[in-house]
Amino acid sequence: MEHLIELKEVYKIYQMGEESLHALDGVSLTIDQGEFVAIVGSSGSGKSTAMNIIGCLDVPTSGTYHLGGVDVSTMGDDQQAEIRNKMLGFIFQQYNLIPKLTVQENVELPLLYAGVGAEERHDRAVEALERVGLADKRRHLPSQLSGGQQQRVSIARALAGRPSVLLADEPTGALDSRTGREVLGFLQELNRDGDTVVLITHDNSIAVRAKRIVRLQDGKIIYDGDARDPQAVVQPVESGEEAGA
Amino acid sequence: MSFTQYFKLAVKSLRTSKMRAFLTMLGIIIGVGAVIVIISLGNGLQQMVDQQVESMGVNLVQTYIYGRGDGTTMLMDPQEMYDLVEQRSDVLSGVSPYVATSAQVRSGSTVYERTTIYGVSEVMYKQETRATLDGESLEEGRFIQYIDVERSQNVCVLGAYLAQDAFGGDALGQTISIGGVPYTVVGVLRQSGDTLQEGGRDDQIYISYNNALRLMGSRSVDLYLFTATSRDTAAAAKQAIDSCLYDFYQDEDAYYTMTMAEQVQMINAMMGVAMLVLVAIAAISLLVGGIGIMNIMLVSVTERTREIGIRKSLGAKRRDIRWQFIIEAGTTSAIGGLLGILFGCLVATVLGGLIGGVLVSQMGVGSNVTFSATPTTSAVAVSFGVSVAIGILFGYLPANKAAKLNPIDALRYD
Repeated sequence: MEHLIELKEVYKIYQMGEESLHALDGVSLTIDQGEFVAIVGSSGSGKSTAMNIIGCLDVPTSGTYHLGGVDVSTMGDDQQAEIRNKMLGFIFQQYNLIPKLTVQENVELPLLYAGVGAEERHDRAVEALERVGLADKRRHLPSQLSGGQQQRVSIARALAGRPSVLLADEPTGALDSRTGREVLGFLQELNRDGDTVVLITHDNSIAVRAKRIVRLQDGKIIYDGDARDPQAVVQPVESGEEAGA
Repeated sequence: MSFTQYFKLAVKSLRTSKMRAFLTMLGIIIGVGAVIVIISLGNGLQQMVDQQVESMGVNLVQTYIYGRGDGTTMLMDPQEMYDLVEQRSDVLSGVSPYVATSAQVRSGSTVYERTTIYGVSEVMYKQETRATLDGESLEEGRFIQYIDVERSQNVCVLGAYLAQDAFGGDALGQTISIGGVPYTVVGVLRQSGDTLQEGGRDDQIYISYNNALRLMGSRSVDLYLFTATSRDTAAAAKQAIDSCLYDFYQDEDAYYTMTMAEQVQMINAMMGVAMLVLVAIAAISLLVGGIGIMNIMLVSVTERTREIGIRKSLGAKRRDIRWQFIIEAGTTSAIGGLLGILFGCLVATVLGGLIGGVLVSQMGVGSNVTFSATPTTSAVAVSFGVSVAIGILFGYLPANKAAKLNPIDALRYD
């Protein structure tokens, strides 16, 4: 069967003057429909680069990336934008809501770029907000909501586009632990309803909430397996700095 | 995204920082306002000239006689001009010699020293407009008539000042002495100056030209006012007059003939050049305004780098971002243009009222000439179009910069 996400021998190499930095060093990975995968790693492990490539925000230096059976690794800017719009839902650490737009308008944004008509846009945004339990806050500005609520709005925005993959980049990073747990519980719930969730984090305690853990170090996958396996949370030997955001 | 959505977005964005939006627009407001004011005033002036020409008659042809200028007394009898009109009745319908002189005017024991005396013929008064060729209209009585000229009758038409000062407003039928000769007042002119004063515009008397020449002790008339049969024959009339005068003087510099149409053309050409220069200066403000918009848009793009990143991550294409900023710039300048048009119309109306009052009274033309500074529809449409175009033109560079932002960098930007 065809995988939803399929990375083959993906390299991302940044040229830093004389030296070249291998942010991703031959990563091969497949994720199927309905999975809940956590990509874990400390800072500099390459997890952000992996997220950028899976999120079609960047292209690999070499290797191929198929998303939904389509090769997206050689696409140009605008083609990637279309893939992001149709197939991916982003949830960011900083929520990334547009402050001058209302909650409703923020959630409608991906639909606006997809060219969905006004009425359907409205209905789908309301539906998505109902799923995150914030339909009554539709006319508020993001700044009038708490951090947890804002993150739920950003989840609603990701859901409104009916994406194939929900891509959550440190979704709890800016929240207190209780709200963070709520948001995670929410992602689990979405996954139970059938959504594919890819979670990027540096935090093992968050990663274990996923079903499968992919651990990156120095641009290579050093573990890929069931989240309940004790091996999954074994912290590899770190070289110096502590994990960051 | 549709244009309406971009437009709503632009309005929303402008509303979040009204003060900045206003200051950004200011250059456009001033530029468009200035253009509107200049065009309105120019337009009003042109209309006024047109009206004045209309009242004097578009078929008017003026001939100045300078003579040979070599001291030889080569005087042309006004009768020759009358003969010409008769010969060329296909193009000429009348002629009035026009002489201005001064003489002692006396009414009872009051002596007026500064009165201007005009010698004319009946052609000077046009029945259709009920005004003289130089714009005076009758208050009461009649003007100099053919028979008065023919028989050199001692009748006169008084200016409003003399009628008031010498006869307390009841001048008709009274007698006034001009250069020692008693004249009967047959008509009184309407007041044309601001105030009635000695030596002013209304201190004047019209008599027949032959009486005036006798008063001057001269036979020389240096200005003739001809009327052509119509507007279209004015040019042919001018040719006829010129060839007649050349036959007499054998010298092209001895006379000068000008039709009203030529005068209007000359005035319009001069005003056109003056207006063009002024509009060009005002247009510099539009240019500066455009640069101001570009400057603010560049700042805005930098400030909104994160927003651009978010939009891109949600699927906005380059052209979506480009259009968003171009339409925002265009909307800014369009609103500026509209405000400028309003501001310009307002200033034009106020200035038009002030300048118009001064102009009308100074030119001393009759009440049938008015001045109003109204912008033309085309001027309004063009300035609006130009301001929108400026916004789009100067918004393109910042918009393109925004469109090219890399979404990863833009998302990371604080």
